[in-house]
Amino acid sequence: MSLAKSIREGNRLALARLLTQVENGTAEGRECLNELFPYTGNAHLIGVTGSPGSGKSTLVNCLAFLFRHPPEGEPPRQVAVVAVDPTSPFSGGAILGDRLRMRDLAGDAGVFIRSMASRGSLGGLATTTADIVQVFDAAGYEVIFIETVGAGQAEVDIARLAHTTIVVESPGTGDEVQAIKAGILEIADILVINKADLPMVENTERALRSIFNWDMEDPTHHHPDEPSNVKVSRVTKGWQVPILKTVATDNEGIQPVYQAISQHLQYLYQSQEWLRREHIRLQSMLDLLIQNTLLERWQKSISTETYQKVLNNLVSRQISPYHALQILLDGDLS
Amino acid sequence: MDERKIRVLIAKPGLDGHDRGAKVVARALRDAGMEVIYSGLRQTPEMIAEAALQEDVDVVGLSILSGAHMTLVPRVLELLRANHQEYVKVFVGGIIPDEDIPRLLELGVVGVYGPGTLTEQIIHDIQAQTTRPEHQPNS
Repeated sequence: MSLAKSIREGNRLALARLLTQVENGTAEGRECLNELFPYTGNAHLIGVTGSPGSGKSTLVNCLAFLFRHPPEGEPPRQVAVVAVDPTSPFSGGAILGDRLRMRDLAGDAGVFIRSMASRGSLGGLATTTADIVQVFDAAGYEVIFIETVGAGQAEVDIARLAHTTIVVESPGTGDEVQAIKAGILEIADILVINKADLPMVENTERALRSIFNWDMEDPTHHHPDEPSNVKVSRVTKGWQVPILKTVATDNEGIQPVYQAISQHLQYLYQSQEWLRREHIRLQSMLDLLIQNTLLERWQKSISTETYQKVLNNLVSRQISPYHALQILLDGDLS
Repeated sequence: MDERKIRVLIAKPGLDGHDRGAKVVARALRDAGMEVIYSGLRQTPEMIAEAALQEDVDVVGLSILSGAHMTLVPRVLELLRANHQEYVKVFVGGIIPDEDIPRLLELGVVGVYGPGTLTEQIIHDIQAQTTRPEHQPNS
């Protein structure tokens, strides 16, 4: 039986092994991805981001549990979790600790949790996270949580990958100026203030509410006719970002977040936003593949000695970085 | 692009609540370039086997201080085999009486590390033990 077929039929070990192949970028993994691609495009991809320690994993634990045990009248969903933690730039190793917070999901065959190391990629996800998500999608998982590294303000890649992005804040992490800086807050479809039992939560809430109300009133902020090549553009027209308070460790306030996710999904379908985001997602996947492949090809085309020689000339300031670029890309060593 | 990392699950089965040793080992393995999934305290053998499968690890490290190793370790090994993950190397750390060490090794554990073990020793043993089968299951 082909690997793709056994994954479609629910073989969990085959799935786990393919995820490793895909993560390692092997030829076999890629071949299997090709075979699986026609079966993708059904899952609801939910990104969860926010600073380290804000409670992302614990919140995912609660939300995933609710998708498995939904309110009456709703079917339970097959849930996958992809949790990314940072790779050490020094040793290349990583501690993947998100699973530690997801104990409530153990023993449930309808849940599959996979930890990933970022492996040098910036932006909060690993290079292959999008591929891993495709595999889960093709394997029939209906809801896929993608939890980012949690490095902070620049972590916006998730908005290109997910249909619904949840930004998790916690009290006492900054004033209004932090909140109006460009970056992470702009990508929120749902904003969660976790650890809402801590003091100062009112201040955090007030600061965040003022920012979001302001955005809603400002007609120039997001334009619905933005060209799709604007990489992370969030059309907020027709969707007011809900600001919700939770205490994930006590499982408090989770139901409203779950409802907001369902409402956002409905909004995506009704407003054509789903298609637009799929477009952005696949375009950024393609662009990233092109970048990486061109880089690899170029690296193969040039010898290490040549590269070192140019680098040495750069360090000794005989040539400028732009000269070095010209020499290396045009292969002109004169 | 093709990049292989040794993936290790560090888990504490059973009821003792002391995980300093497990964390020290986890960190040492990280510093040796491995990807270490740390799954925390009070795990059942079932939870450990499930995590080993989902994470597709090469190695499972069990830290046990409670004295229940002769019950917990065979159960973990049995569940790994039931999941067709017999290739996963299992090592045990913690407080293990000398007379139990040969029995654990006989069961298929690749190493038993008590207090005072150098982390370099564990790293070396893991690196020597991990050659993965290239073929996929069911293909």
